[in-house]
Amino acid sequence: MNKNLTMNRRKFVRNSAVAAAGGGLLISQLPVEASAYVRGNETIKVAVIGCGGRGTGAASQAMSVDQDVKLVAMCDAFRDRLDKCYDNLTQKHGESGRIDVPEENKFVGFEGYKDAIALADVVILTTPPGFRPIHFEEAVNAGKHVFMEKPVATDAPGVRKVLEVAKKAKEKDLNVVVGLQRHYQPSYLALMERIHNGEIGDIVGGQVYWNSSGVWVRPREEGQTEMEYQMRNWYYFNWLCGDHILEQHIHNIDVANWAKQAYPTMAQGMGGREVRTGPDHGEIFDHHFVEFHYGDGTMINSQCRHIEGCMNKVAESFVGTKGRATTDGKTEITDLKGNTIWSHRSKNDANPYQIEHDRLFETIANGGELLADAENGAKSTMTAILGRMATYSGKVVTWDEALNSNVSLMPETFAFDAQPPIVPDENGLYPVPTPGKTKVISTKQSQ
Amino acid sequence: MHINNLIKNLFRPQFSFHLNRFNQLLTVSSILLLATQGYISKPTAEESFEAYDEAVPGTSFSLEMLPIPGGSFMMGSPESEENRQDDEGPQVEIMVDPFWMGKYEIPWDVYEVFMFQELEKRYAEENGGLDAAKIPSVDAVSRPTPPYLDMSFNMGKYGYPAICMTQYAASQFCKWLSAKTGHYYRLPTEAEWEYACRAGTTTAYSFGDDVSQLDEYAWHYGNTNGGYEKIGTKKPNPWGLHDMHGNIAEWTLDQYNPAYYASLDKATSKNPWNEPTELYPRAARGGTYDDDPEMLRSAARLGSNPNWKIHDPQIPKSRWWLTNARWVGIRLVRPQVAPAEEVQNKYWINFIEDI
Repeated sequence: MNKNLTMNRRKFVRNSAVAAAGGGLLISQLPVEASAYVRGNETIKVAVIGCGGRGTGAASQAMSVDQDVKLVAMCDAFRDRLDKCYDNLTQKHGESGRIDVPEENKFVGFEGYKDAIALADVVILTTPPGFRPIHFEEAVNAGKHVFMEKPVATDAPGVRKVLEVAKKAKEKDLNVVVGLQRHYQPSYLALMERIHNGEIGDIVGGQVYWNSSGVWVRPREEGQTEMEYQMRNWYYFNWLCGDHILEQHIHNIDVANWAKQAYPTMAQGMGGREVRTGPDHGEIFDHHFVEFHYGDGTMINSQCRHIEGCMNKVAESFVGTKGRATTDGKTEITDLKGNTIWSHRSKNDANPYQIEHDRLFETIANGGELLADAENGAKSTMTAILGRMATYSGKVVTWDEALNSNVSLMPETFAFDAQPPIVPDENGLYPVPTPGKTKVISTKQSQ
Repeated sequence: MHINNLIKNLFRPQFSFHLNRFNQLLTVSSILLLATQGYISKPTAEESFEAYDEAVPGTSFSLEMLPIPGGSFMMGSPESEENRQDDEGPQVEIMVDPFWMGKYEIPWDVYEVFMFQELEKRYAEENGGLDAAKIPSVDAVSRPTPPYLDMSFNMGKYGYPAICMTQYAASQFCKWLSAKTGHYYRLPTEAEWEYACRAGTTTAYSFGDDVSQLDEYAWHYGNTNGGYEKIGTKKPNPWGLHDMHGNIAEWTLDQYNPAYYASLDKATSKNPWNEPTELYPRAARGGTYDDDPEMLRSAARLGSNPNWKIHDPQIPKSRWWLTNARWVGIRLVRPQVAPAEEVQNKYWINFIEDI
């Protein structure tokens, strides 16, 4: 069954009057807002907010669904990114007539998202993650269905905002898909079904990994303001990216939560900057190793590294009382002696990035169980942030104090001439977290 | 650019603002001016045509190259061959000029030196110094962007074949190696590949038609555990080449066209090359650890398609990496006589944006 079973969803199903297995929320009442897409209507209008490589990819997937769709609005902080996205989409989908974005519907700058969202039924949120809570709130308030990329925030206040808006989306019957695409990937769905059916017994431990050689760097250019530079080279600034433990490794951390059907209660870990230490590497670490402790005493270890020439692995493995499950190389289940019980051959599996959009637009057009990924998206985002708090501080951090922290990473003002929340010293270097000294939790009421 | 010019151009002084992949300023001292000693004369037909080891400068690695004598053969398979596909015919007589070919598929060990300039420098310091390593400057040879995933997918790294690179990336690897060594390397054409794979045989496999012997010569779905195996661990073909059948498929230089053989005539059947004009499909040969025996036959052909990048969520998609072709890699050739300047670059193929 292709379902993203979050803890909450399961509880809801158990506790609700809906008795049928798999019965969830049905679209019973359509929102009455004039702007919302009403089933049976004609074209489903789409806007993309954040026109980078991933935004272009997501928009292209949205334009590839069976339903009658049209891209009607685009927004990016930068004109050149928007133009390149528009050109690529036109090249790929122009003949289908599905790209219909006149000049007045191309919005550039920090504020354009509001205008773009207003013009659509479905919005694609693919800016750097720091903006996600703001954009998600606007989209749901305006009564729009949402596809948003992971992670969905970079700090605890942002997570709390997304959790709050997620509730509102459900109340309004708005579908929300989050780009944790493993939840839509046949091999993972098959594996999780077996894990949740108890085939490896109770999970008592596990390891999750994203060790790779790193990602792009966008060097500072002549004439850029500090804000523009950070927006371009966003991977290396926490208010925008949240560090790679969040931006990439969330995928594997989320798989741990999914397998456990729970979220950790505390974390402790270590990390640092060993290789990526230059002025173009902002403030983020290049390696983290975290113990995530779950309520039943299970400990799952997470490691992520962005260093060249090291052992690389992107995978998850879990140990249960009866067997092991892994996605390491092969997706398979073994007994405790290592004999294969089941394995998945993914040779002809469909593209999970496309499935995300197929399901979203299908549900919007024809109804059916509401897609509600935002809550798990927010909690898996929080899990990765909890890991980051543990490695930055060097302390044990509990889920509750992390989630309730009032440390906001976001700028006061969003403008290219405004000061970002972190600035370089006279050598062009940024302040870097120091385990043992760095404070990551604040419960003071910030005004 | 001509190989000699390429070599000269590698070490142009760069006072402009150049950044390596780690975005540290490349100092002039790290872009050493080697023009004086970096000139290697063009190989000629007089050079002895024998097996040799190509040491990769600045590393401890070397690549074994075997001579493949020129000659003619029937490309494709007879209609009587079991499991024959339509794209393997009509059989056509082909002539190819002599070339050296890699005894093995290119392993990760060497491909990573191309992937990571920092690693190339680190190795160079341990193996004869930066000067001798002849590290190409960033604007002479393009290098892959770092892959977001681990492209070995935990099937093994050192001694195992490098995989998942696009045909363009494979071609750039050849250009990089040419720059370092002064010998002209490129990918084989489909015709050269099949000629070398057959090694004078006309049977389904280079060891005959008896599939029951396949396990002695090749890794395929039936005798692997969901991944590739170390290079050179099975018996070679009659000309000494390992893993031509199976393990991983190998990039050729051609646009894949199922009707290509029918289009060849007397004039075009000498060193034929179906030069690519479209991004897909491109031709890979030899079959893989994930294939059944019929795909490992000498005549079997494989064309690439967009699904080879199914887990690449961006647009434009990577020009360097095929997230889902976890069974395609590189085998080098070096023509006995290096081609003329204008042709050299043509064989290092241009990039087409993948939108």
